[in-house]
Amino acid sequence: MRVYLAVFALLALDFWTHGFSTERPIDIRVPHSSLSAVKDFLKKNNVPFNVMINNVQELLDREKSEMVSNAKMERSTKSFNFAAYHDLETIYSFMDTLVASHPNLITKVHIGNSYENRPMYALKFSTGGVNRPAIWVDAGIHSREWVTQASAVWIANKIASNYGVDPSVTSLLGQMDIYLMIVTNPDGYVFTHTNNRMWRKTRSVKSGSSCRGVDPNRNWDAGFGGPGASKDPCSDSYHGPYAHSEVEVKNVVDLIMGHGNFKSFISVHSYSQLLMYPYGYTCTDIPDMSELHSVGTAAIKELTSLYNTRYQVGSICKIIYQASGGSIDWTYDIGIKYSFAFELRDTGFYGFLLPANQIIPTAEETWLGLKYIMEYVRNHPY
Amino acid sequence: MKTFCSVWLLLSLVELSPAPPASQEPPLACTGAPDPAPPQPETAEDMASTGDLEPTHYPARRAAQVALHYLNTHHGSPFRVFGLQQVHKASAEDVAAGGRKYKLDFSVTDWGSGSATMNKSSEEFFSNTTDVLNIAGPALRCSADVLFPRTERHSAPEVQLHCEALHQINSTAQEEDAFYQKYISPDSAVSARDIPDSFGNVSEEMQPFWRLARVAASFIMLRESSENTEFNMAKVASVTQQESSGEQLMLEFVVLLHDLPSQVTHKHTHRLWTLMDTEAVCVLTVCVCSAGDRSVEAAGVLVSRQRRQGPADRVAAQMPSRHQTPKLTL
Repeated sequence: MRVYLAVFALLALDFWTHGFSTERPIDIRVPHSSLSAVKDFLKKNNVPFNVMINNVQELLDREKSEMVSNAKMERSTKSFNFAAYHDLETIYSFMDTLVASHPNLITKVHIGNSYENRPMYALKFSTGGVNRPAIWVDAGIHSREWVTQASAVWIANKIASNYGVDPSVTSLLGQMDIYLMIVTNPDGYVFTHTNNRMWRKTRSVKSGSSCRGVDPNRNWDAGFGGPGASKDPCSDSYHGPYAHSEVEVKNVVDLIMGHGNFKSFISVHSYSQLLMYPYGYTCTDIPDMSELHSVGTAAIKELTSLYNTRYQVGSICKIIYQASGGSIDWTYDIGIKYSFAFELRDTGFYGFLLPANQIIPTAEETWLGLKYIMEYVRNHPY
Repeated sequence: MKTFCSVWLLLSLVELSPAPPASQEPPLACTGAPDPAPPQPETAEDMASTGDLEPTHYPARRAAQVALHYLNTHHGSPFRVFGLQQVHKASAEDVAAGGRKYKLDFSVTDWGSGSATMNKSSEEFFSNTTDVLNIAGPALRCSADVLFPRTERHSAPEVQLHCEALHQINSTAQEEDAFYQKYISPDSAVSARDIPDSFGNVSEEMQPFWRLARVAASFIMLRESSENTEFNMAKVASVTQQESSGEQLMLEFVVLLHDLPSQVTHKHTHRLWTLMDTEAVCVLTVCVCSAGDRSVEAAGVLVSRQRRQGPADRVAAQMPSRHQTPKLTL
């Protein structure tokens, strides 16, 4: 067997199935140059075979051109398929199209680059003014939570199309700005497409460990390094070497601090169907607990009214788990009172792998909850 | 004629195919990560849950999930998987022997009965219904006692469960039988990966396998649960039919389990055998492959499960001692 393996290596054979057994067939991709040698070898040794794919490259080329043409088709927002999951390039291209079709409302803000040097963009919805009080919404800080990026795409389009049509959104944007960050962890998002659908963290490299990435929602300066975060770099909830070590987090922190006039910060995650307010790092109630709880309860009522999707409201620590270094704890502690986190559909049936036909219903109902919170923030300046 | 099926949970030392490359899955032999170490409760705050509990908060919900895993090990099938709908009431108390016992009043729905509507377009799917959860089937009211022991090494929680009208829900015996007949044929060689796929798709044919994987995973999730975990099956990495021996349909599942508090996804491998009686497929023999320290602990657990006949709706699960002669496979 060992001799054969050496020969196979020489011929640059690529085994597509593993596990040798005399009962089961093995699939092998054979480079063109080795084709006749392999066929001869198999025939000589009475090994039955058949050709499953005549030309793998052709298949790959076809698939690639299909994807390219699909991507081209997504370019117009009117024909954009909101009921599908898209890769980073397509989402970025959608953003450009949206901005181009609403030049007086939306600008693309380049807040910095990711660890692997991908641009990080927030869409800024503004009708003018100078540094108006603003609302921040981010999605996809955990890359595997695909329904969040997908919902944010839909919501971006919804805000854009509602402006000038829906009185509430129009009045909101007359007084406040909205910053919407659709892909807050672009490196992770790409990784979920190319390598590991279950990737959660950033993709930063840390010396002293072969494991990559930091949980970007344990990396904020709020109870940093406390309970509910791991100090193991290989853990999915690794907090990182220090607060704001992750450039993705630092970029948002810098924007928020530099702006200085955010009144609300809403982070969108999945799954579990929850609407939460601070704190995660401790189970002690925040001073504004009863107000935030009632805002959350009312927001959930709006959300549920659409498809009867059941949500719960509570502080992070009490309703889901104690977790330190979370974004909305930091924002609350620097004075952004209306800090909330959503966990979207579902409750574990599909979990992270929510089917695409639930993207739009999820986005629609989430938008109702989000809109309620935004209206409340507009009506309660501080 | 067999009137009940035996369900075996075994630990085996089988070495299976390696972890996928280029990703950060923990190195795997048979399962992957060492069994999830229950995160240590760091402060007194999260352990304050004694007396009446807020039903929407996590202590009650985690205990209810444990009861749900138990329910699925006993009543799950390729056509039936239960999910938690809501916790109505909950309380907890420390017990004399050490450990904490939760008393729960909650509702579950059958996620499996929504299968016919799973692939409809979203408009069709949602426009005629006002209640997303009704799609999954009517709610069943359950009560449970869940005891989390306090031992130095982790031991499985103990569950007593009673669900109203369990025997009244539509039997899936016919579908189970058809499923069994289809796949017991000697040429059958089911092999699939990524259920659901990255986009959440599950083909019609794979849905029973998906549910079966979850039922099998429920044995593991039940065993591994503590007050500090909240498990779900994230996906089926692969299902491979093994050669059946006689009447037994044999499947090997590799599943990913997701723990909410730690956010870790763990890979587990199960081997599953069905035992067929003349009426219906009974679930199941589950072999759990363990890596690391736990592989030494090759214990066997025998649970006998009765088919739903007659008025008995209290599930009588005999969980004999874990010190039975280990049965190692392969």
